[in-house]
Amino acid sequence: MSLKFFAHFLFIFQVYISVFLLIIHLQFHFFEIAFLFYFFAGAKPMAAIFQGVGAAATLSSSPSNSFDSNNSVFSPLTSFSVRRGASFAVVRSDGILNLNPKGRRAQQLISNAVATKADSAASSSSSKPGHELLLFEALQEGLEEEMDRDPRVCVMGEDVGHYGGSYKVTKGLAEKFGDLRVLDTPIAENSFTGMGIGAAMTGLRPVVEGMNMGFLLLAFNQISNNCGMLHYTSGGQFTIPIVIRGPGGVGRQLGAEHSQRLESYFQSIPGIQMVACSTPYNAKGLMKAAIRSENPVILFEHVLLYNLKERIPDEDYICNLEEAEMVRPGEHVTILTYSRMRYHVMQAAKTLVNKGYDPEVIDIRSLKPFDLYTIGNSVKKTHRVLIVEECMRTGGIGASLTAAITENFNDYLDAPIMCLSSQDVPTPYAGTLEEVTVVQPAQIVTAVEQLCQ
Amino acid sequence: MATAFSAPKLAAQPFSTISPSSQDRPLKIPFLGSTRKLRCLGSSRLNLSRRPSGPVVAVSDVVKAKKPTQNPSLLITKDEGLELYEDMVLGRAFEDMCAQMYYRGKMFGFVHLYNGQEAVSTGFIKLLKQQDSVVSTYRDHVHALSKGVPSRAVMSELFGKSTGCCRGQGGSMHMFSSEHNLIGGFAFIGEGIPVATGAAFSSKYRREVLKEANCDHVTLAFFGDGTCNNGQFYECLNMAALWKLPIVFVVENNLWAIGMSHLRATSDPQIYKKGPAFGMPGVHVDGMDVLKVREVAKEAIGRARRGEGPTLVECETYRFRGHSLADPDELRDPAEKAHYAARDPITALKKYLIENNLAGEAELKAIDKKIDELLEDAVEFAEESPLPPRSQLLENVFADPKGFGIGPDGRYRCEDPKFTEGTAHV
Repeated sequence: MSLKFFAHFLFIFQVYISVFLLIIHLQFHFFEIAFLFYFFAGAKPMAAIFQGVGAAATLSSSPSNSFDSNNSVFSPLTSFSVRRGASFAVVRSDGILNLNPKGRRAQQLISNAVATKADSAASSSSSKPGHELLLFEALQEGLEEEMDRDPRVCVMGEDVGHYGGSYKVTKGLAEKFGDLRVLDTPIAENSFTGMGIGAAMTGLRPVVEGMNMGFLLLAFNQISNNCGMLHYTSGGQFTIPIVIRGPGGVGRQLGAEHSQRLESYFQSIPGIQMVACSTPYNAKGLMKAAIRSENPVILFEHVLLYNLKERIPDEDYICNLEEAEMVRPGEHVTILTYSRMRYHVMQAAKTLVNKGYDPEVIDIRSLKPFDLYTIGNSVKKTHRVLIVEECMRTGGIGASLTAAITENFNDYLDAPIMCLSSQDVPTPYAGTLEEVTVVQPAQIVTAVEQLCQ
Repeated sequence: MATAFSAPKLAAQPFSTISPSSQDRPLKIPFLGSTRKLRCLGSSRLNLSRRPSGPVVAVSDVVKAKKPTQNPSLLITKDEGLELYEDMVLGRAFEDMCAQMYYRGKMFGFVHLYNGQEAVSTGFIKLLKQQDSVVSTYRDHVHALSKGVPSRAVMSELFGKSTGCCRGQGGSMHMFSSEHNLIGGFAFIGEGIPVATGAAFSSKYRREVLKEANCDHVTLAFFGDGTCNNGQFYECLNMAALWKLPIVFVVENNLWAIGMSHLRATSDPQIYKKGPAFGMPGVHVDGMDVLKVREVAKEAIGRARRGEGPTLVECETYRFRGHSLADPDELRDPAEKAHYAARDPITALKKYLIENNLAGEAELKAIDKKIDELLEDAVEFAEESPLPPRSQLLENVFADPKGFGIGPDGRYRCEDPKFTEGTAHV
């Protein structure tokens, strides 16, 4: 599967390079000639072209972005490949017009999110190759790097030390940093979360792990009363730079209590930030940003996403906690999603593109507060919104997001906002039933079709 | 005294210093609850012969011993005595002034007063350094004062003024001071105990991981008898003993949790016994006697400082007023109240100081007067302080105000001037 993916990638890449070089030559009005030349130039070795483009590109703001620009600009190429059958003129104009503003904006978005060090821009014009890893390894890498960087960062949770974490996110850390820095706690969520809060107030930067997010319901007292409120109640005297993280969401037949989505319960707590990671890249970035943040942050991971593989940069980077991520720019409809549903949406997007729709997919990433800028720009462009989430229907993130969009961007909407959420049902054990409680790609396709009538 | 602390972990016997209530009787009659007949005051004197010898001496015993004028076995020096007296008088007078101000409509909400329990606060907190931490409950005014928070700051906080120790944002139940390491002030019972455990963990972490060699900061967690039936209490006893955290758990057992008698709520009312179950010493002490509390505190705090682990200290004390100013306090037996009123810790200390020639009436009266003036000044300061302006509303919600997010215009919401004015809606 990966080979096929790689071949697909290379093919798209060829087209991308061709069009990219084409844009540079636009100003010289050697439109047709240049186009033909570069179309056939796609036969050159990919690496050389990539590096050449990276160095010469006027659009990318720094070479270290060229890697990320790949991620952001990659997706629209699927539209190119689909429409290649049509006249090239259409593709070119669409591609160019689409590419410039969105490409620049998407790159701007990511350049904000990337902690570009001064030397990385001055260093070699090519980006380093990066390294491939799984999502849980990315989390571990982020955590380890932060623990190396700041000796006050410590981890607390059940089985995080000797066992390495029930999802292996803290594997190897106890051997490296010792039993006190990677603390195996007894099974007392409320108390060890409170302990983390007390430690944060007195100068440490703890990362508290809930073995499953659902277990943090036991810690709700501490999270709501102390974590969120004490900075305010103390008149700003104590900061609580704690990170509370853990896997949640519906897994594979884990039963109702292990399949909970707590983002809806925590979203009302004032004083905290909530983020949800969905790819190895943003998992590492968000983990690092959360640890560095002075605010209490709750990082939601998903049980089924831990084995996602991706190539991430070697250099130090963070993902901005308050920003959303543009996954796929489009024109017809804005699809807002987060965590695992991103993948269901992208799967539906393939179908939709085949049917001729052009969805814009945004991974909102920041569940509290919402990135109203990215979302707003998208709404202003497409005028139709579909929210796809795994949260419960009642009082979930989608419900809040619907309210926020209606409040701020009502005039730009051509149709009521559609929100696809999980059903208000305790997740059943049976696989067939479990599948139906969560939003599936087919539902997303139907919803978009309905929305775009 | 040494017996309680030096005994091996599992066999640590609860050590108590006073009255018949401390002895191990089968479950029946350890405490003076209102449902029990009051013990005759004279019985404590009968204990003289049976009392184990040790440095802790009952106030009444010292008086009765009629030692020669040198007084070799005094527990405190004159300065210490005056310091203790002043602190207790400050606590008492402050709480009385609070009640007055409340009934005059200067403060609102729930106000929980500490009258009668001053010995516990003074006895423990006056042994701490500035860097040691104190965690309390909603009955925290006097803990704040003992720890060193100025009366002006506490009074303004109660009045809800911006010059209060928490800028008026905390109130009676949430006193915080980072300068004096007072980490709250918690409204839910038991909520502060894990936070105290965390502060103690920080101290241990600093010493062992960050290698700050002299870091021996101790944390005191104060809470009541009602809290001792709460899960957080037990979970933290376990963790503190497991990791030998430098913390002292101080139970202010005033026998009542609002209207719930401790005996009606607890299967085994002897709280100090629960310490050894977790592998730490459990000590019972007469919380109406500041000198006894101080002796026990010295040992417990010393243990924590040396890295020997936590201690559970149960102070049998009493609150002279109701649970809060809204509590009519009709449930408690007047005879019980009278019994404890007779054991007023301030009166007892005063008597001790005078009878041991540590201080004269005039000196003590001067202290009383000084405290009265201090409080008048505090009230005046609080009255004249400004109320928090609207611009303060959104100021401390986040340590990093970027947490309010990015607005529709692309800028961070905290850059919006409405945020600094406090009129933005979040």
